[in-house]
Amino acid sequence: MKPSTPSTPHSSPPNTAPGQWTDARLEILVGIMLRTGVLLAAAIVLFGGIIYLVHSHGPRPDYASFHAEPLQLITLSGILHGVAALNPESIIMLGLLVLIATPVARVVMCVVGFLFERDRLYVAVSSIVLAILLYSLFLHK
Amino acid sequence: MTALEFSLILLISSIAAGLLGALSGLGGGVVIVPLLTILFHVDIHYAIGASLVSVIATSSGAAAAYVREGFSNIRVGMFLEIATTLGALLGAWLTTRVPTHSIGFVFGLVLLYSAYSSIKQHHEVITQRPDPLALRLSLKGSLPTGPGCCQDYVAQRVPAGFGLMTLAGTLSGLLGIGSGAVKVIAMDQAMRLPFKVSTTTSNFMIGVTAAASAGLYLRSGYLAPALVFPVMLGVLLGSLLGSRLLARVHVRTLKIVFALVIVALGIEMIVNSLAGKL
Repeated sequence: MKPSTPSTPHSSPPNTAPGQWTDARLEILVGIMLRTGVLLAAAIVLFGGIIYLVHSHGPRPDYASFHAEPLQLITLSGILHGVAALNPESIIMLGLLVLIATPVARVVMCVVGFLFERDRLYVAVSSIVLAILLYSLFLHK
Repeated sequence: MTALEFSLILLISSIAAGLLGALSGLGGGVVIVPLLTILFHVDIHYAIGASLVSVIATSSGAAAAYVREGFSNIRVGMFLEIATTLGALLGAWLTTRVPTHSIGFVFGLVLLYSAYSSIKQHHEVITQRPDPLALRLSLKGSLPTGPGCCQDYVAQRVPAGFGLMTLAGTLSGLLGIGSGAVKVIAMDQAMRLPFKVSTTTSNFMIGVTAAASAGLYLRSGYLAPALVFPVMLGVLLGSLLGSRLLARVHVRTLKIVFALVIVALGIEMIVNSLAGKL
């Protein structure tokens, strides 16, 4: 990377108009969105974690054998109800949902970005990825 | 041990795992799963759940920094994510079917391979004939190499790369890791993309790949909030710290030390799996 141009490492090709959509501009927007998402998720998880620690007095939980987490912590409605009741574990799960949503939002941004670039092939490619993600999040058993 | 002590110890260990993952270039996941299962006797399903979440966090957290460098290729990443997300669905489904000790065994093998790939000397192979399929899918770009100019590149052997990416996705879903090592092989070795392009694009892909298994992990109850919270925050912190340090430390020596640690963990995972202790 050339040190003398730190502000425009991703400079557009000379034939690009300033307001035009390019891959470079899309990537920068995506990068900002991902960082914001992960910081928000981390803040929610930290908040839930602190409440959890303040309220926990017993010995460490035992994770040596696997029992699936209860329904209230694995369904969206269960988690949201728990958050409303300020249940610390539900708040942590809300943070994780935000975290899982950030890469999905990234793909949505790419679909829109490629639409603006009028690149039909990549609108299709990113829509396929989005469809797989939505299937895995909502339908897959 | 009280819950507070346990969380603090987990937080500190996870910071260390994140640091190690960032400095070795292997990612936090490959360290956190053996750490949780071997040291803290956590069931491997909870361990891969905590790891997968940490992997999403580090991938997204590092993305802004990688974008600034200008090496990653959004089209190559998006196209190959079709393969990795499908693989991840398969891998995550497999975790609910295959016995625990076989997950541990595969994990051990992946650790050994990752250690090898992290110290292997890298040889850049210069592009020959571009794959027509790559041109049709515009899997190409230009690498900022110096002051005025760039080095243009076009992907080779797209089907081989796509196949390897499906494997990378399957391993990611099965083991709760980013499987960055396999992703880099697919792009760098099979598709002959420049190394910098491969590593940075791989980072981008890791988050999307992991998100494809996260839904099934969540519904299968692998995400234990009280366990995940110190692990995710620790790995994120450690990896952000590690990527800052990366510019200042002598990587070669460190890589060899880390490779040895990872070989030890890999052998331990394999032995424990065979002994039925996982």
